[in-house]
Amino acid sequence: MIQRIRTIALHTFKESVREKVLYNLIIFALLLIGSAVLFASISLGIERIMLINLGLSSIAVFGLLMAIFIGIGLVSKEIDRRTIHNILSKPVRRFEFIIGKYLGLLLTLVVNTTIMTGGFYIALYYVQRHLAGEDALLLETIYFIFLQFAIVVGLALFFSCISTPILSAFFTFCLYVAGNFLADIRWFGRESGSVIFEKVTALLYYILPNFSNFQVISQSAHGKAVPSYMLTAGSLYALLYVTIVISASILIFEEREF
Amino acid sequence: MNQGSKTTCRIRPDGWLWWLLLAAGLLALWRTQRTIDSNSGWREAHDGTLYFTSGKTLRALSLGHGGLLADIYWTRAVQYFGRKQIAYAKHYNLLAPLLRITTELDPHLLIAYRFGAIFLAEKPPEGAGEPEQALQLVRRGIVANPGYWRFWQDLGFIYYWDLKNYKMAARAFKTGSEQPGAMVWMKAMAATITAQGGEFRTSRLLWSEIYRQAETDAIRRSVLAHLAALRADEDIRELNALVARFRKQCGREPRSLGSLVQAGYLKAIPVDPSGVPYVLGRDGTVTVGAESKIDRNLLSESSSSPGSPF
Amino acid sequence: MLAIEIIELTKDYGVGFWRKRPRRALERLSLEVEAGEVFGLLGPNGAGKTTTLKILLGLVFPTVGTARLFERDAHDISAHQKVGYLPENPSFYDRLTAKEFMTYAASLFGLSDKARSCRITLLLEQVGLSDSVNLPIRKFSKGMIQRLGIAQALINDPDLIFLDEPMSGLDPVGRREVRNIILQLKEKGKTIFFSTHILSDAETLCDRVAILDHGRLQGCGELREILEMGLSNTEIVLEKPSPDTIVALESFASSVVRTGDRVRLELRAGSDLAKVLAQIVRCNAKLISLNPVRMSLEDYFMERVGNSDGLSSRRGATAGMESRRNE
Repeated sequence: MIQRIRTIALHTFKESVREKVLYNLIIFALLLIGSAVLFASISLGIERIMLINLGLSSIAVFGLLMAIFIGIGLVSKEIDRRTIHNILSKPVRRFEFIIGKYLGLLLTLVVNTTIMTGGFYIALYYVQRHLAGEDALLLETIYFIFLQFAIVVGLALFFSCISTPILSAFFTFCLYVAGNFLADIRWFGRESGSVIFEKVTALLYYILPNFSNFQVISQSAHGKAVPSYMLTAGSLYALLYVTIVISASILIFEEREF
Repeated sequence: MNQGSKTTCRIRPDGWLWWLLLAAGLLALWRTQRTIDSNSGWREAHDGTLYFTSGKTLRALSLGHGGLLADIYWTRAVQYFGRKQIAYAKHYNLLAPLLRITTELDPHLLIAYRFGAIFLAEKPPEGAGEPEQALQLVRRGIVANPGYWRFWQDLGFIYYWDLKNYKMAARAFKTGSEQPGAMVWMKAMAATITAQGGEFRTSRLLWSEIYRQAETDAIRRSVLAHLAALRADEDIRELNALVARFRKQCGREPRSLGSLVQAGYLKAIPVDPSGVPYVLGRDGTVTVGAESKIDRNLLSESSSSPGSPF
Repeated sequence: MLAIEIIELTKDYGVGFWRKRPRRALERLSLEVEAGEVFGLLGPNGAGKTTTLKILLGLVFPTVGTARLFERDAHDISAHQKVGYLPENPSFYDRLTAKEFMTYAASLFGLSDKARSCRITLLLEQVGLSDSVNLPIRKFSKGMIQRLGIAQALINDPDLIFLDEPMSGLDPVGRREVRNIILQLKEKGKTIFFSTHILSDAETLCDRVAILDHGRLQGCGELREILEMGLSNTEIVLEKPSPDTIVALESFASSVVRTGDRVRLELRAGSDLAKVLAQIVRCNAKLISLNPVRMSLEDYFMERVGNSDGLSSRRGATAGMESRRNE
């Protein structure tokens, strides 16, 4: 089982890293990080803050695009192109396929995020002329950004099990946006004065992915470290959420006919 | 051959595992989120950073979309204000720069000046408590949009409420009332506030002018009431001065205005414009008599707000 | 041993967007395939051939009925260890090379590294792709993809091979090669179950065939049996016969066709050949040929499927099935 999951993951990775769109996105992200150096040089006194904000935001945005893009290709492309017939006719259990695909795409994202992080640190070095211990803290922020990608790929996987690629991308993006405003949605529910509405928003708050847990870019731009308990809780949250969406995806996928 | 047509049920021995994972995951997720929420103190509201401090630079960079960018900055200012207000913040450091950038991007975004000034001038926690910044903002609005009399009203209010500078407030209302299209009550505001600033003569002049311009009897009646109150205000001020002199020269408190008559400070106890004698109150200051028809709300000595002029 | 056992298989698909109405793709299909047989599943497009294959491979679940491979339930994944499958119009991962894809397929079967690379080289050579080993699959032509599909279906040296329209997209040379591959596999004792709507392939390759139409079994049996069912007529060709001759023979013939100087007469079933010949001799007609009419699979197919709504053909189909059962 492990061996088959690994095989699927590795070949998914092999296929997805050859996707040209990914390179375009990476190049674009690196360009934006590079341009942050320019912007930083014309804004007095906040070069570092600006570079961190813009650089980390670029990583987050482009990583998100990649996560959605490769995430929806995960299952729906295999179904569309009927490659899945081939894989499932081999002694592969359906859950092995889903888990393998997920891990393969996660691996792709690890590599892409690493490249973007490298570009970011080069830019940071260029602006500061040195790298301080403080800068290592930014890795924690990038880790948090990556946790978001992991959830987004999971969501994309889930939706591509039940929908078309375009709708999957749309749903995933909507959930990402909603997940960033969950706290506000819940607050809105509390303020509304309607008990039902409050209950519904509270339910959504705990079921939908709460991406605001991972919003730490502006804090880290001001040199605030992510507290260690938050690192643990955030990792746990992401792990749990991925487990949930993967389980749900598998339950749906087991029922599917191709 | 197997003749029996039997229904197939799909046997998936591991199906329950995924249901279990799903349920346990949701439960644990709920716990984790609660933990995160209870520890969210480290994430206190941050001011954020302004990358551009000059609206003019931004407008140049916006490639002709300054209007849109102004809207974005205005929205940002409103959200910044709202977020801070919810957090009961004491400092609104970015509010003034955000508003300045907004109005520099689009000098004719009137709403940004008007509400921006209110946000800025109000005392915390309702506002930023920066009335001087508010004045600057409105003044810039006046320069960019001459003839828009509402700015003068805003200016007047900031002087009146936040800076307690009645003279400047009155002047703002007066200038505003001279702008085309200004409402009549701008003049009334000016008149009322001038009286509060102690310049009864100017105030009376303004009220008389309003009386002349008045179009309805209701306004005229109201102006007359204001003029009567103004007269009473003036009388009361003079009488208070006499009381003070009595106190100083005789070395004791007068028991009533009658004491002043006896001591020769007054020929007789004076009456207010409605014909009711003034009285000396327990606190040692002069007020209108109990039966007086003078509207006490209009008296500057007894009310601290300009109230409704009509 | 039975390689494939299909019992009373019925499959309904839900069609429609909002209210799914069931559309029957298979109706109470029963089939048995012995190990070592080459079995052809014939039928026009939409007859239920691919559905049958997908159920056997666990890609689709039957509504009613059972499908077994080597006495294991079809959706028991362990049965797939010894199964190969070529999907209809296959498509593979565009960005992998042929070799990478084959490696992928091989590792899913748990083949060891060494066995893997040997087998990949061998198979790619066998299907004529040894020149394109490191070419990305997106650069493959349709025929090459079909060949790669066959190669990957054989990667695990399967005992049972499912081929869905194996000849489609191939040129005549390619077809002959695939035919040879199938025959080689048959020699090795493999079971081959393939669907096709090209009858000549089935005629040359299959031990037995089943004919499907609208999800129903129209006939099943050894090819010889099915064809002999139609072996009832005799055809006589005469040259320049006199009109009297034709009048005399017309009572025996079911059809008379003139082409140039020749006349082709098809005799009715059960006609006394001796009497017919005597008549010809009597009329002094010139006999060119006398042949038993061997019904081609094509004719059979047309007869069964062409009027499949008619009761008679279904009875015929059942008869065909019975003849197999009585063996």
